[in-house]
Amino acid sequence: MSHRDLIDAVSVVAPLPCDAAGLVFAEPWQAQAFAMVIALHGQGLFTWPEWADALSHEVKAHGMADDGSRYYEFWLEALEHLAIAKGISTHQRIDDLAAAWARAAEATPHGKPIALGNDPVTGGAITL
Amino acid sequence: MSGDHHHHHDHDHDDHSHLTPIEARVKALESILVAKGLVDPAALDVIIETYETKIGPRNGARVVAKAWADPAYAARLKTDATAAIAELGYSGRQGEHMVAVFNDAATHHLVVCTLCSCYPWAVLGLPPVWYKSAPYRSRAVLDPRGVLTEFGVVLPEAIKLRVWDSTAETRYLVIPQRPAGAEGWDEDRLADLVTRDSMIGTGLALKPPGSSG
Repeated sequence: MSHRDLIDAVSVVAPLPCDAAGLVFAEPWQAQAFAMVIALHGQGLFTWPEWADALSHEVKAHGMADDGSRYYEFWLEALEHLAIAKGISTHQRIDDLAAAWARAAEATPHGKPIALGNDPVTGGAITL
Repeated sequence: MSGDHHHHHDHDHDDHSHLTPIEARVKALESILVAKGLVDPAALDVIIETYETKIGPRNGARVVAKAWADPAYAARLKTDATAAIAELGYSGRQGEHMVAVFNDAATHHLVVCTLCSCYPWAVLGLPPVWYKSAPYRSRAVLDPRGVLTEFGVVLPEAIKLRVWDSTAETRYLVIPQRPAGAEGWDEDRLADLVTRDSMIGTGLALKPPGSSG
């Protein structure tokens, strides 16, 4: 893992939220978003300087709150924009799919895994 | 194509799952990346475990430490865990009802669930990867003693095992037994003995370094 490289690259933009013990994620989705970036970098989809540019763009566009509470919102937006720029998906598809996941969750009884196929509108038949 | 479906808008929000808009976007991106073969869900879990020095505030350890150190707090925790946990400034995002179950010499508690989102991460941090697996859930119910053995927790036969299944409304926090050898410790030191696994019942609290037994 190129932990150090990542931290160095994004520190120029905005340091990862952390405390004395290490990285801090306030909610599970933040860890998921973080891990997706590490995985895509591992696949060679982008370099850390490229990632830092993408993140920097979001931070500048929105203005980082002093307490860093929106850090991973910007992180996720940067990831979306980079994925779109790399031709992996489109805004429309991501929007459609997010709506399908939200509907699938509402249609999933508590205690059952949320599956895209539970979406009553698309039944999971949706273009990825 | 959706015209044939029956929609049940019963407004009973307690018995189904929910994703916030940002959680739904994360799921959307993840499913796209998985479908494109760019990420493997199992690899994401590994990455999270690798970097997880601190995911979510491990507030539960503070709750347990306070319950060990302060009998009056332990009593409040037993009566109304939601309020007692809120006293320390922690509350779940969905305002879920918390119940604290206390291990003692006669009973050991084990919590299952989390095929969905009912893990009280605001108190415990993120669930371990194995905890989300369907086999863990079913085996913990059918053979809790066997599951515990796999986690290296071997309890005397005389100790009764109780398995708690989280529901949409109620999340459980196991209060492990206070280990011997930590007499007189303050809450900060005690909290270091409280592992995540001990608060879901698949582990025991750590023994103080140098203590016997």
